[in-house]
Amino acid sequence: MPDATGLELIAHELRESEGDEAVRETSFFRGRGAIEIAPERIRAVLAHLRERGFAFLASVHGVDYYPHEPRLGVHYELLDMARVDRITVKLRVPTDAPEVASVTADIPADAPGGPQRGWLTADHQEREIYDMFGVVFQGHPDLRRILMPEDYEGHPQRRDFPVGGEPVAFTYNERDALGPM
Amino acid sequence: MSPPTLPPSTPTEQPTTGPTPSLSEYRQREQSITLAPVTQQIVERNAGDTSEELLTLNFGPHHPATHGVLRLLVTLQGEIVRDIKPIIGYVHTGIEKTAEDKAYWKVIPVVERMDYLSYYFNAMAFCGAVEKLVEVDVPKRAQYLRVIHLELNRIASHLIWLGTSALDLGAVSIFLYCLRERELILDLFEMSSGARMHTRYFQVGGVIEDIPAGFEGKVREFLKIMPKRADEYGAILNANEIVLQRLRGTCPLDADTLLSLGVSGPLLRAAGNPWDLRKADPYSSYDDFQFKIPVGTVGDNYDRFAVRLAEIYESVHIIEQALDGLPEGPHITTDRKVALPPRHELATSMEALIHHFKLVTEGFRVPPGEVYHPIESPRGELGCFVRSDGSSKPARVHMRDPSFVNLQALSHMAEGSYIADMIATTAMLDPILGGIDR
Repeated sequence: MPDATGLELIAHELRESEGDEAVRETSFFRGRGAIEIAPERIRAVLAHLRERGFAFLASVHGVDYYPHEPRLGVHYELLDMARVDRITVKLRVPTDAPEVASVTADIPADAPGGPQRGWLTADHQEREIYDMFGVVFQGHPDLRRILMPEDYEGHPQRRDFPVGGEPVAFTYNERDALGPM
Repeated sequence: MSPPTLPPSTPTEQPTTGPTPSLSEYRQREQSITLAPVTQQIVERNAGDTSEELLTLNFGPHHPATHGVLRLLVTLQGEIVRDIKPIIGYVHTGIEKTAEDKAYWKVIPVVERMDYLSYYFNAMAFCGAVEKLVEVDVPKRAQYLRVIHLELNRIASHLIWLGTSALDLGAVSIFLYCLRERELILDLFEMSSGARMHTRYFQVGGVIEDIPAGFEGKVREFLKIMPKRADEYGAILNANEIVLQRLRGTCPLDADTLLSLGVSGPLLRAAGNPWDLRKADPYSSYDDFQFKIPVGTVGDNYDRFAVRLAEIYESVHIIEQALDGLPEGPHITTDRKVALPPRHELATSMEALIHHFKLVTEGFRVPPGEVYHPIESPRGELGCFVRSDGSSKPARVHMRDPSFVNLQALSHMAEGSYIADMIATTAMLDPILGGIDR
């Protein structure tokens, strides 16, 4: 695990290479370091950490920080298999503009920020966050709902989405529950 | 969701102009889905030769070879798989949402039902995450009891995988043999916790109760039987020409591609990367035990099969050591703020009664923070992310389920192979749809 000092060193490196505003905050909690970054720098930060050895993207997951603003968070759990080291990269976006660059696809050499390898594993996980929280991943090759039905309205994992309260469609009430066929 | 529109009874009743206006927006969008880009790619790959006809096959969701309700949209060129699109979500039950509405100790039964073959692992990931947040120490005896149950569960999970995979390859009798041994394990679970599946045995801070008298003897009996039976499975399958032909050299994938796809567990080890969280980042006293990590060489279906079969022996080995070294002491933390007081104290101690009442009605409060706790499940890295806002209910529970992530590797493995090899690969992938859809 990077200790608190190691985490500050990584944050310092990121500030040097990506600019001061790229890293917003570092936190060290229960033996695990986390860096909160500016959402628009996610590709550059992950590419930098990959160079440092954090080459395995273990998990991408969404969080809703309701009632705090900006509400939606996306977490990237990175793993360095050689040093058995983990670090979390976090970013926050507001609900009225929930847009983050997707890290799934490769960036070609002629595009800004390229060439850069993508993280194939993020494909399904970004789709899940889009489905559950409504975070739009720009540049994702196939951003569709993954667990909920395609015609579903709303993003059920948001904290202000009610538990239950959805009509169950039986034969006798299917027209009311599902609308005109 | 919506029932299909019935065809009109007589053709004359059909409206004659334009697309049927009565279709819902969903149905219209569904009809608009095409596979044109895929078809175009394949035509380009064949240098403009369009003589080969493409067939799009809807494989599942109700098909015995999909190991659950997995639906695969497979594009075939003759017998060769050209494109696989997994469609999931058929058993999505919103467990992560449900968990946000429950006190921490009541979340354990719901997360256990995610990956329904490795329920101890789900509970372990969640309890481990909460223990990190609360900073509670788990007694050594509880850690050993957890290891015993986790490894028994790993064997049970691998037995189901072996049985169903062999079934997919045409060997029917193996399935019955595997379930026979799994039954012995479920009997052991019933003995220690009262339930055969979804046992709720792991609690935050330890295990719910100590193992009963005679449990150790029963486990040792099982440990004598299991390696012999695993030998038999190996002897049956490794001497079967059909099984070997269908596994050897089919659908290999190298370790680098697997890593970029986020694949972990036996699939990664089959490709020669000895990554195992039990060794690399030991939790729950795994560093006390000696065991080997089986690895494959080329990462084909046979390696995936061989690695899992070898893991059964290693699990047996771990359980033996845990039984031999099982320390005395409490089976759950003595911190009354987190764990229920023993039953007999309730009659004599007012404080115990208060703690009991607080825990059962409200549950314990957890300091605010976010943790991610990864463990090695039978299918790979099972990570549990828990965010606490300081109340007695979690603000977010997320499982990084290995089946969900590993499923992405299926198209990379099976594209360009025969459809029969795709079936074998799906079996060797060992996806559990309860874990994928959560």
